[in-house]
Amino acid sequence: MKKVFERPRLLKPATFHFCPGCGHNILHRVIAEVLEESDFRERAIMIAPVGCAVLAYFYLDIDVTEAPHGRCTAVATGIKRAIPNSLVFTYQGDGDLASIGAGETLHAAGRGEKVTTIYVNNANYGMTGGQMAPTTMLNQVTTTCSAGRSAEREGYPLDMSKILASLPGVCYVERVALTSPANVQKFKKALRKAFQYQTEGLGFSLIEVLSTCPTNWKLTPVDSLKWIEEVMTKSYPPGVLVDRKANRGDSE
Amino acid sequence: MLTKMVFSGFGGQGIMMMGYALANAVMKDGHEVTLLPAYGAEVRGGSANCTIAISDDEIASPVASAPEFIVVMSTPAFLRFQNHIKSGGMLILNSSLIEGETIREDIKVIPVPAGKWALELGDLRVANFVMLGAFARLTGLVALKSLEEALVSLFPARKAKLLELNQRALRFGYQTIEKEEK
Amino acid sequence: MKSSANKVLLSGNHAVAEAAIRAGCHLYFGYPITPQNEIPEYMSEHLPKIKGGAFVQAESELAAINMVLGAAATGRRVMTTSSSPGISLMQEGISYLAALELPCVIANMVRGGPGLGNIATAQSDYFQSTRGGGHGDYRTITLAPCTVQEIYDLTQLGFYLADKYRGPVIIQGEGLLGQMVEPVELKEPDKKDLPPKDWALTGAKDRPGRMLRSLILEEGILEEHNWKLNRKYLEIEKKEKRFESFRMEDANLAVVAYGSVARIAKGAIKRVREEGLKVGMIRPISLWPFPGEAIRKAAEKVSQFLVIELSCGQMIEDVRLALAGKAEVNFYGRPGGGVIPNPAEFGRVISRNYYQKVRKAR
Repeated sequence: MKKVFERPRLLKPATFHFCPGCGHNILHRVIAEVLEESDFRERAIMIAPVGCAVLAYFYLDIDVTEAPHGRCTAVATGIKRAIPNSLVFTYQGDGDLASIGAGETLHAAGRGEKVTTIYVNNANYGMTGGQMAPTTMLNQVTTTCSAGRSAEREGYPLDMSKILASLPGVCYVERVALTSPANVQKFKKALRKAFQYQTEGLGFSLIEVLSTCPTNWKLTPVDSLKWIEEVMTKSYPPGVLVDRKANRGDSE
Repeated sequence: MLTKMVFSGFGGQGIMMMGYALANAVMKDGHEVTLLPAYGAEVRGGSANCTIAISDDEIASPVASAPEFIVVMSTPAFLRFQNHIKSGGMLILNSSLIEGETIREDIKVIPVPAGKWALELGDLRVANFVMLGAFARLTGLVALKSLEEALVSLFPARKAKLLELNQRALRFGYQTIEKEEK
Repeated sequence: MKSSANKVLLSGNHAVAEAAIRAGCHLYFGYPITPQNEIPEYMSEHLPKIKGGAFVQAESELAAINMVLGAAATGRRVMTTSSSPGISLMQEGISYLAALELPCVIANMVRGGPGLGNIATAQSDYFQSTRGGGHGDYRTITLAPCTVQEIYDLTQLGFYLADKYRGPVIIQGEGLLGQMVEPVELKEPDKKDLPPKDWALTGAKDRPGRMLRSLILEEGILEEHNWKLNRKYLEIEKKEKRFESFRMEDANLAVVAYGSVARIAKGAIKRVREEGLKVGMIRPISLWPFPGEAIRKAAEKVSQFLVIELSCGQMIEDVRLALAGKAEVNFYGRPGGGVIPNPAEFGRVISRNYYQKVRKAR
């Protein structure tokens, strides 16, 4: 009988610790698929963040290091400068990337470091129990803005992808919502493209993933998907924010 | 024997180059040496000075509270350093630029018209090495030949002309002072 | 007269950089701070010319130390340098480097603190360097040079020890030592008997993936990790203590000083020796591991110790711990950031101490 579906070899035989319905499960699997479909795996070095995704090294059979909270792209810079032909990618939550690591992210992107960032946005701090994140939307309730985020009190959310897309050192930014098999394929395609751009030395690339956090959102997994579609995508609309290679192609 | 000296002036006069040349020469002669540069807060045109210590033994401190020799290339440096000099020490001043007399009676004051002599060589910018040549003769701390050789390591090979001019400045300062002494 | 044929004049800051480059450290990440800017400037000029070399001016010391972490994770030699306030910012990264057991060299050209302090020389970061500095149960080898030659030598030794014991090594320079210029013999580094870097992240080609982690949630495992680190620290304490002993053979009073203070104190001791005072000095070269035995052993003959520091008294705690009450310890300090004491000042202090304590005791 022909095998049409199997566990990616790069996914270690471990059980994910993530909550049921969490987006990290899917993302890890897709990363494994993309890496083993090419020679990426043997050049890949991943930087795991502080947050729910820190344990990536238990699931992915590639070289992985941890970074202090927020410092992933600084660590990535060090690795890439040390081994320029490596494939370096960070995997960061919105607290890690947009809050404590905003400086490192902005400057790595500004320098045009040839690394890729997978930016998992679930609009709250998942690991610490659902506190407000820089991406928490206005009126969204979290454990540290229990009356709902107000512009007056907590200030406005940050759209890091939009900011980063404006920088000349950034070659590619795309936002996908991880809500359907078709959208998962979109992420996969985007990741492949980002890795390809990195290999070509085009600059910094980032894929933002709007991802579920059913536990802290206090929604069922299915309702969480709906909430992304109905609420999150209004503040963070999916699509390609910048693709300098494609743009360059247009103008030629 | 430990000897300490300060070269002082303002930024742009080549004070550090004087220090590096002297330190290089005495190093190559096999002595212990320390050089401590100090700059004013200004990036250009501020004060600049360096302290050099020469010894045949380990040098404890690169700092000099009462140096034996002080070379001053500018009036502010003269006003600032004339009181630092050790009793019985020697103050060598750039008389092309510095007017005014020292109140110290316990030191030897030697005016050297370094600026004027440099102009005689055709380039005011070599006043520093004219002065260093005179300094070598006046103090007997270092041989002229050692200084000339030291300059080779300070100027890149492609600047042979500049090296030659500065070596000439050293010799000019040294020999003119020598003649005046006779 | 010593041979000077192969010597060059270098500032302490340039000596750090040149020693590193010659030790095969071709990766540098740093952020400007006075009084050590000559190091990044030198690195930015030289490293891009070397194949595989890279210099990055980071956006902060936080970023710089984490770039170091990334580069160290690949197994290549890497360094950063800074001065006191910048080193404070790096403590987070240093804790991670210790936890992940990643080798690197960090030079701290210490300046006056606390806070922004000033840019003058100081020794007030002794606790920070020798007690770990960041969070967690760790130590960093800390080497304290007192000449530009020694800055060069210890920087190269630093890379060796970092690789040997897998961890960050701190070169405890000082503002004064960084600025001053002295003849340096450009020696070739020791690279023998270093363990293979079979932990380095280089891409998992023909081998399973490797991981570097400091988050250890499994029950009992973090304790074991800490014991493992501790065994390493005990081995370092056993093997890597370094100190210089000066005129201790007949001394009645022992000065204990390191870095710039030690060289100035040495000049002072020579002066008071001429007056017949039997004074010697123990100069710790490794601040951690601290050469406590040497001091304890000296106490068999010497009952009076005088600790001199450019601080209000930090190393003195290690001297007291070493002596465990076996001898009297006195202190003379000038909090850094303003004064560079001269041998005459130290000479007066040493003489006074000698007459008050040693002569009186007889």
